[in-house]
Amino acid sequence: MSNGKVLGIDSNLLTIKVDGPVAQNEICHVTHDRSRLLGEVIKIVGDRAYVQIFESTRGLKTGLDVEFSGRMLEVELGPGILSRIYDGLQNDLEAKTGLFLKRGEDTPALDDAKRFEFKPLAKKGDLVVAGDWLGEVLENWIEHKIMVPFAFEGSYTVESIVGPGSRGIRDTIATLKGSDGEIVPVTMVQRWPTKRPIVCYREKPRPFRIMETGVRIIDTFNPLAEGGTGFIPGPFGAGKTVLQHTLSKNAEADLIIVAACGERANEVVELFTEFPELIDPRTGRKLMERTTIICNTSNMPVAAREASVYTAVTIGEYYRQMGLRVLMLADSTSRWAQALREMSNRLEELPGPDAYPMDLPAVISAFYSRAGVVYLNNGRTGSVTFIGTVSPAGGNLKEPVTESTKKAARCFYALSQSRADAKRYPAVDPLESYSKYLEYPEIRDYMSRQLGADWVGMVLDAKNWNQRGKEAYDQINILGDDGVPIEYHTTYWKSETIDSVLMQQDAFDPIDSTCPFDRQQYMLHLVMKVCGGEYKFENLEQVSLYFKRIINALKQMNYSKYKSAEFARYEQELDGIIGERRVSAPAETVQAQ
Amino acid sequence: METQAFQKIYTKISKITKATCTLHAADVANEELAFVAGRHAQVLKILGDEVTLQIFEGTEGLGNDAEVVFTGKAPGIRLSDQMAGRFFNAYGDPIDGGPEIEGEEQEIGGPSVNPVRRIQPSRLIATGVAGIDLNNTLVTGQKIPFFADPDQPYNQIMADVALRAEADKIILGGMGLSNDDYLYYRELFDNAGALDKIISFVNTTDNSPIERLLIPDMALSAAEYFAVRRNQSVLVLLTDMTLYADALAIVGNKMDHIPSKDSMPGSLYSDLAKIYEKAVQFPDGGSITIIAVTTLSGGDITHAIPDNTGYITEGQLFLRKDSDINRVIIDPFRSLSRLKQLIIGKKTREDHPQVMNAAIRLYADAVNAKAKRDNGFELTDYDKRAIRFSYDYSERLLAIDVNVRIDEMLDTAWELFAKYFHKSELTIKQSILDAHWKGE
Ligand SMILES: Nc1ncnc2c1ncn2[C@@H]1O[C@H](COP(=O)(O)OP(=O)(O)OP(=O)(O)O)[C@@H](O)[C@H]1O
Ligand SMILES: [Mg+2]
Repeated sequence: MSNGKVLGIDSNLLTIKVDGPVAQNEICHVTHDRSRLLGEVIKIVGDRAYVQIFESTRGLKTGLDVEFSGRMLEVELGPGILSRIYDGLQNDLEAKTGLFLKRGEDTPALDDAKRFEFKPLAKKGDLVVAGDWLGEVLENWIEHKIMVPFAFEGSYTVESIVGPGSRGIRDTIATLKGSDGEIVPVTMVQRWPTKRPIVCYREKPRPFRIMETGVRIIDTFNPLAEGGTGFIPGPFGAGKTVLQHTLSKNAEADLIIVAACGERANEVVELFTEFPELIDPRTGRKLMERTTIICNTSNMPVAAREASVYTAVTIGEYYRQMGLRVLMLADSTSRWAQALREMSNRLEELPGPDAYPMDLPAVISAFYSRAGVVYLNNGRTGSVTFIGTVSPAGGNLKEPVTESTKKAARCFYALSQSRADAKRYPAVDPLESYSKYLEYPEIRDYMSRQLGADWVGMVLDAKNWNQRGKEAYDQINILGDDGVPIEYHTTYWKSETIDSVLMQQDAFDPIDSTCPFDRQQYMLHLVMKVCGGEYKFENLEQVSLYFKRIINALKQMNYSKYKSAEFARYEQELDGIIGERRVSAPAETVQAQ
Repeated sequence: METQAFQKIYTKISKITKATCTLHAADVANEELAFVAGRHAQVLKILGDEVTLQIFEGTEGLGNDAEVVFTGKAPGIRLSDQMAGRFFNAYGDPIDGGPEIEGEEQEIGGPSVNPVRRIQPSRLIATGVAGIDLNNTLVTGQKIPFFADPDQPYNQIMADVALRAEADKIILGGMGLSNDDYLYYRELFDNAGALDKIISFVNTTDNSPIERLLIPDMALSAAEYFAVRRNQSVLVLLTDMTLYADALAIVGNKMDHIPSKDSMPGSLYSDLAKIYEKAVQFPDGGSITIIAVTTLSGGDITHAIPDNTGYITEGQLFLRKDSDINRVIIDPFRSLSRLKQLIIGKKTREDHPQVMNAAIRLYADAVNAKAKRDNGFELTDYDKRAIRFSYDYSERLLAIDVNVRIDEMLDTAWELFAKYFHKSELTIKQSILDAHWKGE
């Protein structure tokens, strides 16, 4: 491999004179004061390599020795990743010594001492290709598949495979014979370059199923597909992180990978403090058991922000290959884009809009395209669903990161400042936000089968009420309360009912924080029954008072255990209130628009 | 600064800007401290043997034959218990006429705490201000700025909050303080009889603006000393961070960096985060809480400085003059404490979260009603009640000069609810309503 010497230092960008061949994205180490600092080549001009260092460069001098590795940045994949807290470069943070992070202290990603009960799935003589399952071990509660390393090209014959029993992760569990006759050993561990998608699957269809998240404004109004993509832009404090944390707690995924990318350390502390205590209602297991955290907070090295999201998605793809549903959350992708901007600026590249690098849109869409549902070679499905947050400068959505992401992601959950100010949480703007999946015929079919033939129509109807309510409200504001017919007020208050009861949700209430689909179905029917009714009022003051009582009863239902006595009592109360003023029964079937 | 025998001295500067100078020198380390004609300087960039330094005292009157001495180490500070009660400049030298501090010298701007060694903040900081304790409750280990226009009394309220907060140490980092404000703090701390728990690092408007860049790191190194070595709860006050960011922009500009929004450096987010993320709760009881001031221009929080700050801190306290009551209030809409949910209703009374939300919702209704009134429309009875409620709410709870206990704040809110509203207008959870409702 090549060697080099440091020529220049500008913050975390080093200029290095290299004595041999060097590749873009090649990893190197700078030796300084007995520690080795990791860096990545980001530009090459003649014999000069420009390297971003993933650590503080304080104290570095010109003339220091640099060793190039001939490899790109890789992650180590094998049993023992779940429940861990890694930094952006997959160092195990728990294994680091001392209160403060020490420069150059690398810690292994996997625990070599740990043994797993291995169970073979393939047998001698089987013909296998990269990604095929050779065996499995139990990691927490998931059947962790041991696969033919993704880097293997062509097909292989299983020469030998060990029987059931306790094995170390670096033990040879099988030997494979290539078409050239060479015999290669396989362990439970393999490495993979993070910037390269894992493509050991048969087919990547369009997403065709919904992923339940327990959040009504998502599931009911803007559903997320399994293997789909979404993003949450919003000004600071609008609720991006809270929404992502809610998803990580309640979403119907087998595994959650959280990439805390350039945000607050205390938010990660919240995860690893609460998750070991919280129970996943679907499996009865602790939430931490299905969660892996990649933590590169804002005070950690800037260059590693980019690495952190790639590390996270590569781990996600690895578990997807086992036939699992992985949900990956990244907070915030803007910080990663800003890290790119800082480097691009130091490289003195010609800047694009807002000084971001010109290729930002391409980088973002390439990243989002790593999500998806796939048919593995054995016909099973696995998926990576991805949701990123975006932190637009000044809360203005007309900025490069938001605009580039909008082109790449299929769901748009725009958080609005005014809704956050009014504490209408989650502050997802009902009119701006959308899910493209609602338009997918395969998704519509899926929803009809799962939620009833009238479901999509009813959802669109509810959205329409919301729109009409907004229009009525604008008219009332222009013409005054008395300047409009009383129906404007009822329209507005019906939309308020939909907003308050269905769109808003208390993320911190033990019951309201998660709402499964059956409950969402029940509540949507109920609220649409209220909206479908016609009511008699003598004056407009009665309208708001009346609907506030309705909303109150419905909200109390949200706070009560589903189908409990309490729940039934509030529903009865609601029926009573409705009975007071309703003049017509609501239409039995509700039509869209 | 005495020069030592082995130190190399250079006397040929090739380039001088308002904030930096460039020269040829060998064996220089990145971020090393140097002296240029006796002025403090730090290495910013090295390319071959060309070294660029930022000069903290500024370059006014600097000759290109000035003596440049490299110290071989990053800027540091002497840390010890003797710091208590003392005033220092941006370089950590005493400015109160007292003796030098004896202690171990430590680099400033040191490494970050390993996130997994942190614990979740959970200790309430009671300030007596209802706009804070009721609506935006603070905890130790939190970082939060006041957003205020320059004419608002932010330094006063920050000092009040600090003195009531029951911290073991209060560390003031003053950046671009007017001399009057500096003297205000000195006198206040003196009179409060709390001087022995207060440490100040001060850069006034008389000093160079570039020098401000050292203040937060100095203050936070001292804070880490007391929080880690002495397990104390330390409150760090940083005022005014807008002036700090302005200094960053000056240096960035002289380094020919491409500016991003509002002429601020593209690295502003990371630069500010490095400071604010020093706020931490340690497992052994020590903590660093940061309360800062970010002055706004005309209340504009979309400007790059408050905007980036908001994305970093755990909420913000927005000061606004309320013309209805003619007092400064903590704006319930734009203010936020993100760590409040860790303690409200848990370390404080169970009704706290619901009361807080209900009151703010009603206040929002009042704002809408006022808009209606101002547009000349008829008000409903509810609108009128909401407006009357909002006056009382501002007067008795939001104003910054209110000083009461949290239970009293909650009781006051219930009293106002009963005075103006019907039970069903509150949308508060039934069990809580039943327990606390003060009406019939
Ligand atoms: N669903 C919710 N229910 C109740 N409160 C919420 C909800 N969402 C957000 N909040 C409140 O808003 C605060 C800020 O939310 P959050 O931290 O998620 O904002 P953010 O958009 O991630 O901001 P930033 O961009 O600065 O990270 C929370 O601390 C909480 O007080
Ligand atoms: Mg956030």
